[in-house]
Amino acid sequence: MVDSSILPLELDNVSYEIDGKRLVKNVSCCFEAGRSTLVIGPNGAGKSLFLRLCHGLLQPSSGLLRWRGSDGQTGQRQAMVFQRPVMLRRSVWANVGYALSVKGVSRAEREPIINRVLQCTGLSRFEDIPATRLSFGEQQRLALARVWALSPQVLFLDEPTASLDPPATHQVEQIITAIQSAGTRIIMTSHDLGQVQRLADEVMFLHRGRLLEQTAAEQFFDCPQSDLARAFTRGELLWWHRKNPLHPPGISKEISR
Amino acid sequence: MNDFSDAFIAAFSLLIQLDADLVEIVALSLTVSLTAVLSAAVIGMPLGAALAIGSFPGRRMLIIAINSLMGLPPVVVGLVVYLMLSRSGPLGVLGLLFTPTAMVIAQLILVMPIIAALTRQVVEVLWAEYEEQLRSLGATRWRALPTLLMDGRSQLLTALLAGFGRAIAEVGAVMIVGGNIDHATRVMTTSIALEVSKGDLALALGLGIMLVLIAVAVNGLSWLIGSPGQDRLLRSKRGGGYGRQQYPAARTR
Repeated sequence: MVDSSILPLELDNVSYEIDGKRLVKNVSCCFEAGRSTLVIGPNGAGKSLFLRLCHGLLQPSSGLLRWRGSDGQTGQRQAMVFQRPVMLRRSVWANVGYALSVKGVSRAEREPIINRVLQCTGLSRFEDIPATRLSFGEQQRLALARVWALSPQVLFLDEPTASLDPPATHQVEQIITAIQSAGTRIIMTSHDLGQVQRLADEVMFLHRGRLLEQTAAEQFFDCPQSDLARAFTRGELLWWHRKNPLHPPGISKEISR
Repeated sequence: MNDFSDAFIAAFSLLIQLDADLVEIVALSLTVSLTAVLSAAVIGMPLGAALAIGSFPGRRMLIIAINSLMGLPPVVVGLVVYLMLSRSGPLGVLGLLFTPTAMVIAQLILVMPIIAALTRQVVEVLWAEYEEQLRSLGATRWRALPTLLMDGRSQLLTALLAGFGRAIAEVGAVMIVGGNIDHATRVMTTSIALEVSKGDLALALGLGIMLVLIAVAVNGLSWLIGSPGQDRLLRSKRGGGYGRQQYPAARTR
């Protein structure tokens, strides 16, 4: 790729609301080139919305989001992998081919690219079968192959391993690492702390729509700045109290018996 | 009762001998209805898909209009097309009245709303599933439209068959605009109506049996194509359809 980088991506006081409910609140941050960022936080923290805002699938209700290095063609150079991959009802091969054809890659140029990414994701032997027949883990790998073929500068991943077993997770992580070493900026959500430690250079901690922390990964795990983040990394749920507990204290023993 | 069984025997002998009149009538029926359904698909499918994913003023009104047109009474369509095509009508100069073309037009008007409305439903459901992914890949709505039609193909086939069913079984409209002229515009349904009123039950029954056979054949075909893993019509190497290989043994149940 000869064209210049679209990074850094800057968010200035970005909020997003649905029906008057603010789900992402006043997030300001910056994504520089060349590192991988993992966005973590409990369910409902707004991680997925945050990624969609960055990717441009959603428009912020207020605030400004801008690709500083861009010449307006940002959509062409970023891609996203979703938690539940959407497989087109055609062959594995044609699924990758479709992504390239949308990008305007000529038919002749597509073939070597498709062969390469299918090989790299271990899907070559499935190339002719319908993508919807793949297992969930294989589908997620195909989703990765599909975006890899596009060689994006920035890749957003929304909990790509959320419902995968450990071996499948391992394969997906390897592919993500490979994509990253090919020069793609990774921005990914996860709630698997082990995965965060394996993959992250930088951690963003979101809680109830607010960005509480954006720090280097080692620092985040060694000494998180906010007590919420500390509780989260320890797996404690102290900061979360249900107003009306399902079971009043003391009854739990009887229930378990 | 004897007349009845005689009529059955005569009907079967007409079918077995491939009676020339009968073959001609069946061929015209199929030609007219297939042409109507294919033209309706060419108009109705993109229209239905556009209604499903587009956002333009009047979209809701158009959807309501198309849905209500699904139940158009055929004789009314026949009447309107007749008035349009008759000598003194606005399209009278074309001289189409009492030709197979006029019958195709009438059936097209009857079938197009069915195909468009069913396509809209199919595509709307698919779009809900695909929208984020396709937008993320950079596809515009117009780029997404053929993709959605392609991926909804098995359900859309059902829409086509529903349209074909209506077209081939239709009497009133083709009777009015075609005129049921022997060797020119006589199709299965109109000749059944005529032969019954003439009392020639054999030909009427023979044609009736043919109609039922066609219905069964069409449904059998759709079942063959539509059942999972049987997407034979669309197989092509690395094309839109599925590939050339059978599935690896380890993955079959």
